[in-house]
Amino acid sequence: MSQIGEFLIALMVLLGALLGALSAFGLIRLPDVYMRSHAATKSATLGVLLILAGAFLYFTFYLEHVSAKLLLGIIFVFITGPVAGHLNGRAAYRSGVSMWEKSVHDDLKPALKRERERMRESSNADHPGKG
Amino acid sequence: MGQQILLNIMIAVVWMFLNSDWSPQQFIVGYLIGILLIYLLRRFWPNDFYLRKLWSILLLLLLFLSELLKSSITVIRQILRPKLDVQPGIFAYTTELKSDWEITVLSCLICLTPGTLTLEVSHDGQTLYIHAMDIEDVDELSNQIRNTFEKAIKEVTRT
Repeated sequence: MSQIGEFLIALMVLLGALLGALSAFGLIRLPDVYMRSHAATKSATLGVLLILAGAFLYFTFYLEHVSAKLLLGIIFVFITGPVAGHLNGRAAYRSGVSMWEKSVHDDLKPALKRERERMRESSNADHPGKG
Repeated sequence: MGQQILLNIMIAVVWMFLNSDWSPQQFIVGYLIGILLIYLLRRFWPNDFYLRKLWSILLLLLLFLSELLKSSITVIRQILRPKLDVQPGIFAYTTELKSDWEITVLSCLICLTPGTLTLEVSHDGQTLYIHAMDIEDVDELSNQIRNTFEKAIKEVTRT
């Protein structure tokens, strides 16, 4: 039991560290903000989760201390990871960061343009004097 | 669902009162009896038996975890490939989900699926703009989203 447990915990922590390193590598390698965001949100989140879970198992089985803080940390990272990725991407797109030149398809651009025009019209209607 | 859980806890507390034994074991026994009673009285509730909903929430959590695993593998494979031959792009996806809560869960799930990232939710909440790492198969991607994620979320909120 203890042999298998040790092996499993070591595997989880190593795998988590490896995933973190690979996603850092992806941050350097991928061409634009959005694809970097793919690397940063997914594999980095999974890497942190694996490391925390490994630490949790270690504390539970070998030090006999159930650490609720680690569980809460797992839940928080799991919830906030994708939201942070979404907000980064959204802010980047709205402030006009362009995509990689090999990108093929863009449905968002016309929609955003329409929305901006509508906002301009409505603000003009609110303040007719300023135009 | 909240009402049913509250009632179940109350039944367990009443069971503890009846036995005048304040141990966790008695609470668990009372809770099991409460589950049985609520299951027998299920036709008097406006919504479904709550354990079914808990079960679908559990399934949704498992879906989250498995998608996270799959998407990490996909992204790592793209990173490690010597030559980057992907075609990123943004596509619009129309959803049938209504409430803010459902759409939030859906966009979080999409952020964790292989090669997709939610960029923008339109004002009426009906269109999601999704950045895909490999856009070749938009139809396949949206079909996958529609058939697995939306279905799982509807199981939780609409039964």
